[in-house]
Amino acid sequence: MFKEFDPLKSDQFQIINKDGKVINKKWFPDISDEDISESLKKMLFARTADLQAVSYQRQGRMHTYPPNLGQEAISVAAGMVMKDEDWLVGAYRELAAWLAKGVTLEEVFLYWNGHEDGSKRSKAKNTLPISVPISSQLLHAVGIAYTLKLKKEKAAVFTFCGDGGTSQGDFHEALNFAAVWKVPVIFIVQNNGYAISYPVKKQTVSRNIAIKSIAYGLPGIQIDGNDILAAYSAFNYSREYVLKGEGPVLIEAVTYRAGAHTTSDDPGRYRTKEEEESWKDKDPVLRIKKYLDGKGLWNSKEEEKLLKQYKDLVDAEFKKVEEYEPYKLEYCFDHMYADPPEDLKKQKIEYEKFLNRSGDLT
Amino acid sequence: MKVMNMVQSINQALDLKLKDDPDVLVFGEDAGVEGGVFRLTEGLLEKYGNERVFDTPLAESAIAGAALGMAVSGMRPVVEMQFAGFVYPAFNQILSHIARMRNRSRGTFTVPVVIRMPYGGGIKALEHHSESPEAFFAHIPGLKVVIPSTPYDAKGLIISAIESDDPVIFMEPKRIYRAIKQEVPEEKFSIEIGKGSIVNEGEDITIVAYGAMVREAQRAVVLAKKKGISVELIDLRTIYPVDRDLIGNSVRKTGRFLAVTEAPATAGMASELVTIVMEEAFLNMEAPPVRLAGFDTIMPLPKGEHFYLHSAERIFYEIEKLISY
Repeated sequence: MFKEFDPLKSDQFQIINKDGKVINKKWFPDISDEDISESLKKMLFARTADLQAVSYQRQGRMHTYPPNLGQEAISVAAGMVMKDEDWLVGAYRELAAWLAKGVTLEEVFLYWNGHEDGSKRSKAKNTLPISVPISSQLLHAVGIAYTLKLKKEKAAVFTFCGDGGTSQGDFHEALNFAAVWKVPVIFIVQNNGYAISYPVKKQTVSRNIAIKSIAYGLPGIQIDGNDILAAYSAFNYSREYVLKGEGPVLIEAVTYRAGAHTTSDDPGRYRTKEEEESWKDKDPVLRIKKYLDGKGLWNSKEEEKLLKQYKDLVDAEFKKVEEYEPYKLEYCFDHMYADPPEDLKKQKIEYEKFLNRSGDLT
Repeated sequence: MKVMNMVQSINQALDLKLKDDPDVLVFGEDAGVEGGVFRLTEGLLEKYGNERVFDTPLAESAIAGAALGMAVSGMRPVVEMQFAGFVYPAFNQILSHIARMRNRSRGTFTVPVVIRMPYGGGIKALEHHSESPEAFFAHIPGLKVVIPSTPYDAKGLIISAIESDDPVIFMEPKRIYRAIKQEVPEEKFSIEIGKGSIVNEGEDITIVAYGAMVREAQRAVVLAKKKGISVELIDLRTIYPVDRDLIGNSVRKTGRFLAVTEAPATAGMASELVTIVMEEAFLNMEAPPVRLAGFDTIMPLPKGEHFYLHSAERIFYEIEKLISY
């Protein structure tokens, strides 16, 4: 695959085009029609959760939230490829991948709604919390992969950053260390066109991002990130590749951030409506729906029912968050240290005295 | 018992822990084949193989970031930053992740990483090789910061650091790496993190120092004794958490306090120590507590470092001022 799609020639790996037609039979993934329908359902669920989150935020019920809108195929595909023993080291825009690893939607909402318990991810398998500082998490993936190699465990590490993250030193250090150590990391760059407001064309003069792999001596491939079959196929192939002990892989998944960077952002300040419109027919949900429709495998009436069902599910998860027990003083302290310093305990006691004071301070 | 310097005692501690615990890893720039620029990790690669003791490419952020990844997946990395002056590229990893992962994940992940680094002046080194940046780390919630001043303490403390489930910044005063030798048990032993030690008992004034400044303060204690001044000298040993009780008890007895550090005065450890003294012993004070810290200047290059680093005479000068206050 890596030889066939050469980043030097700006080849892009695609299985279905925007009309839902198969254009690459050779690399069509070995999955059933049911799996493909399932992938669409997962995208629809993620999209529902996302749209609801933005709506909660607009209603003043949720803090800042970074929507995944338009990028769902990448996370759903990764979620379908990852096994329990694999690690997921994400950034902050991989909703469906987290859910696939066993993170609950309640936890996701809890985190974005301002509570650390959302990062506990206690039922999830091998999944690090959300990482906000850009690209710093890629190095964690490399360290985990070193452990896997040392302990001869057959598992891969899936790690994510955005196009903006490729300007960070940690991105380059991570590619280099992973290649030097020959460890099983799949670096997935969600190239959604923007580092908040700064377009990818201004971020780098490289002709694409996948090409950056060449200097570090690892295979790189650019894929159509809105084509879930291409994403599945590339991730699956890469997983097998890294498990053979061949070292890491860099995948640039080209997509478009259809929403804002976060709910605090206004894309109208830096991009045109025309540009946004031009991406609409490349939407990953629409695309796979066209493919399934063409095969008579999708029922739009059922879709309405599904969406209603998903909305209810999402609302129920968010209700749990709104009813979550109030934040307690000890939450500030309890998990700072395995062996907490006396001074920390004293700081807590001092605050408790303030809380339990007698008399009126106002 | 064998007589060792600090380089040897830390090397022996690493050796014992590598032997003891298959999850312990030792790595850094030139830490493998060369045994480190100070030869502190010498012989470990040969003994434990290049999967557990190894050189890395030259990138401090990657060393720290990868160490976190190893730690959350079950290893206990002990990494070397070649000099404290070169730790800054790793600062984001240390502050944003190593120190925070436990709290962020509500205890799902712990980060038992030790980050070793030679620090401090006095060896006539190049620019960036002489600074004392301990306050930066002491200011980061989630870390513990240890600075030994003797071969014995260094061994016991680094063993505790490696066995700690919390991340530990372990700063080694390179000026006294080889200058002090003492008997150190060959077997494994540990010293509790967060506990200082009384180097010299005294009645008239309390001095708190750490790292290479302990040795200078010890010399000042001798000078003071000649003038009939009895100094209680405390070696802090851990910068965070500070042994508040030890300092409080001492200053309540002596009523006078002098903090001696190499780092710049403003917002430094000396200021923190003075605050603790005021909280603990305000009503016992005979004189205002004093910081004898570095100037708020760039650490001078070798020709000027004698102005910056405190001598025993400079410390004694402050002792006399405090006694006659």
